[in-house]
Amino acid sequence: MRKVFTMVVAVGFSGAALAADIGLVKVSRGSVEIQRDGARMPAGVGAGLRNADVIVTGADSSAGITFTDNSLVSIGPNSVFAIDKYRFDTTTHVGEFEGNLRQGRLAAASGKMVRQAPESMKIRTPSAIMGVRGTDFVVQVDEPAAAPAAKY
Amino acid sequence: MRSIAALAATTLLVTGCAAPPKAPLAAPSLFIVLPSPDGHVGQIVVRGTGGDPRVIDKAYGTQRVLGDGSLQAGQMTEAQVGEAFGSTLAALPGKPATFTLYFLEGRDELTAESRTELEKVFGELRRRPLPDILVTGHTDTVGGLAYNDRLSLARAERLREMLVTLGIPADRIQAAGRGKREPLVATDDNVPEPRNRRVEISVR
Repeated sequence: MRKVFTMVVAVGFSGAALAADIGLVKVSRGSVEIQRDGARMPAGVGAGLRNADVIVTGADSSAGITFTDNSLVSIGPNSVFAIDKYRFDTTTHVGEFEGNLRQGRLAAASGKMVRQAPESMKIRTPSAIMGVRGTDFVVQVDEPAAAPAAKY
Repeated sequence: MRSIAALAATTLLVTGCAAPPKAPLAAPSLFIVLPSPDGHVGQIVVRGTGGDPRVIDKAYGTQRVLGDGSLQAGQMTEAQVGEAFGSTLAALPGKPATFTLYFLEGRDELTAESRTELEKVFGELRRRPLPDILVTGHTDTVGGLAYNDRLSLARAERLREMLVTLGIPADRIQAAGRGKREPLVATDDNVPEPRNRRVEISVR
């Protein structure tokens, strides 16, 4: 056991996670920010996420997040991803994950709540809504400039 | 990819010229199913603002949703997805690693095999940036739901304490009790089964 203890000291633990967090930022490259309650804060590795947070990335930037139900989500460059709703019960595995990709790119792998109930994880875009039945996937929302709708 | 995008843009332009829509068109979007690292391919269901839901159930199968809410099915290759989503996919955290541990019967001590497994947990922790841990206790089917929920949580909390003693910050470990809901070995109700009395450590 002493050997195990020595190994642990070498593991870098920094930043504090709060029990209220629904997820943790594990990858943060370039400019990554969290919008919460009207304020913007930088989202470095170790930043905790809450319900209703919006993650915003700049050019050449990306972010990777692990959620409490083991779902994984990453956001690509120039992206805006809002966590409209998230809850997960670690005993029953009942949960709800509604994400909203307003702009940019997203990659994800579904977690335990989807294994318990297919389509409990949903991703919205400006033009569609998608339910996940246990898989890895990617989503892209085209640049607003590419849509003729921008004129109207 | 380029041709799909061009086709989508053309369709939108034609629609736009023919008759301006009553509501502004939304930004088009693209959905693609990927195989998991272990090869598993699941499904997603895409619904546009109008029309029926469409299921994607093939690796690199796509649905493009146009600004008017209509859908176009398609197929891409791994290379095309890699080109379009390279930096996004590179930022996706690794799949959580799971380890199963057993306590000695009626004792507050791990089995010899589980102590070895615990060393692997620490190896995994070192491989990940800012790892956090979910410890989930499980029981066999002897007893009621509420009793087993409490018992499994107590098992998970005991292991959490052990991990904290070994130097892992307490606020990085969450303990949960799954009761008898997820047996490793399927049994009838009220069957003692040592293999189901376990604790799973998920490192993410």
